[in-house]
Amino acid sequence: MEALTAHLSALGHGLVTTVELTVVATVGAMLLGIIVATLRIAPVPLLRAIGTTYVEVFQNLPLLALLVLFVFALPTIGITFPLFTSAVIVIAVYEGAYLAEAIRAGINTVGVGQAEAARAIGLTFGQSLRHVILPQGLRAVIQPIGNICIALLMNTSLAAAVGVVELTQAANNVNLVEAQPIAVFTGAGLAYMLLALIIGQVTGLLERRLAIVR
Amino acid sequence: MNKTQQILFDEPGPRAQRRIRIATVLGAILVAGALVAAAYQFASHGELAAERWEPFTTWPIWRYLLNGLWATLRAAASTAVLSAALGLLLALGRLSTHRPLRWVAGAYVEVFRTVPTLLLIYVTLFALPQYGLNFPLFWKLVVPLVVSNSAAFAEIFRSGILALDRGQTEAGLAVGLRRGQVMALVVLPQALLQLAPSLVSQLVGLLKDTSLGFVVSYTELLYSGQVLASYTHLLIQTFLVVALIYLVVNASLSKFARVLQARNGRFGGRRGRRTAELPPPLLEGNTPR
Repeated sequence: MEALTAHLSALGHGLVTTVELTVVATVGAMLLGIIVATLRIAPVPLLRAIGTTYVEVFQNLPLLALLVLFVFALPTIGITFPLFTSAVIVIAVYEGAYLAEAIRAGINTVGVGQAEAARAIGLTFGQSLRHVILPQGLRAVIQPIGNICIALLMNTSLAAAVGVVELTQAANNVNLVEAQPIAVFTGAGLAYMLLALIIGQVTGLLERRLAIVR
Repeated sequence: MNKTQQILFDEPGPRAQRRIRIATVLGAILVAGALVAAAYQFASHGELAAERWEPFTTWPIWRYLLNGLWATLRAAASTAVLSAALGLLLALGRLSTHRPLRWVAGAYVEVFRTVPTLLLIYVTLFALPQYGLNFPLFWKLVVPLVVSNSAAFAEIFRSGILALDRGQTEAGLAVGLRRGQVMALVVLPQALLQLAPSLVSQLVGLLKDTSLGFVVSYTELLYSGQVLASYTHLLIQTFLVVALIYLVVNASLSKFARVLQARNGRFGGRRGRRTAELPPPLLEGNTPR
């Protein structure tokens, strides 16, 4: 227990970094997800192909391989970002593919009649998406989106492997000093579980508030 | 064209067709622009030079990378078998009529679904050796992967078993089978068949997880790439080739999962009648909570 209290600031910094990574990457992934899902249902075949390729590529590459490629290999062609920014970009791009698929599943649940009605009153593709399809489609997949956010939270730990000192890495560093693995790693594990629990509670709340009961 | 793609637009008329053509041209210009910019970045740093790519046409380099791929597949196969078996036991435990068993299995699944695999890997790397548990390198990667993947498998199995029509269980009990027999003879064979696509999808996730061998320094594909890159100094080339190998292997597996899904989990031609709504293929984060 003392091992934890003596290094509260180090662990606290790690926890804050994990939360920051999670929040920023979630926002980015959500935007990318909506864009890619839109591409995948667009009337233009080329745009659909781009959307499909994006999802196929980023769902089938390991996140760690992407992180390594981005952080260690891209500087050799002159593309460098601060470490934290790199981690956020890669995690957002990776999870964006999963969110795009979840959002597309949500769009699929919206009745065809809704889209037809939107077109019948003269809305364009973008308008019917923004005002009719997405508001209903997103509400249908709040739970899956929440699960992806929890997966994203767990995946932020991989940033440790390329040098970001977030919760996992902070716990590891403290353990190397204190050599009290049980206390330190259990503490970190509990922190992750707590964060996941919070995300779960928030999605549950949103689901009760927003979901449309058909 | 299927329903998804048609939901937001009708058959295009002449004006819509013109707009589609314009969008296609603009999109093509954008993609081409991105490719040109990438090529320019590569060329201006001399990474496009032939001698920096030539090594990847030689057999020794490929033999090394394919050895890495073989190690990845071995780790993935061991993890898959062990975590599927453990996951099935956990799922049965969570659905058992025995309260303590249900509680233990439930706690295991809930805990290890929300703890990052990397944290578990650090535990096996730095914590367990202090207590005399020093696994060989291969198991330092596989054990943590099994611990976290078995929780994911347990949720897949459980959702599959719950999705099966209750009438199946009731009929089994009615003809005098015991609970264990109903599970083994009636419920599981049907549930597993329907779950085949989700299980294959989980394989993709698990294969991606083996890239954590990078942290353990177990020479699977990604770590092989790292070793090769530090030896040849061909960083971006090596990691792009490694990424391509992952992509080919995983895309084939994903494709296989979709084929299974389309056939409703059956390998033969006969289509089964669905008895319950199927859970969607369980990719990462898609596990029902």
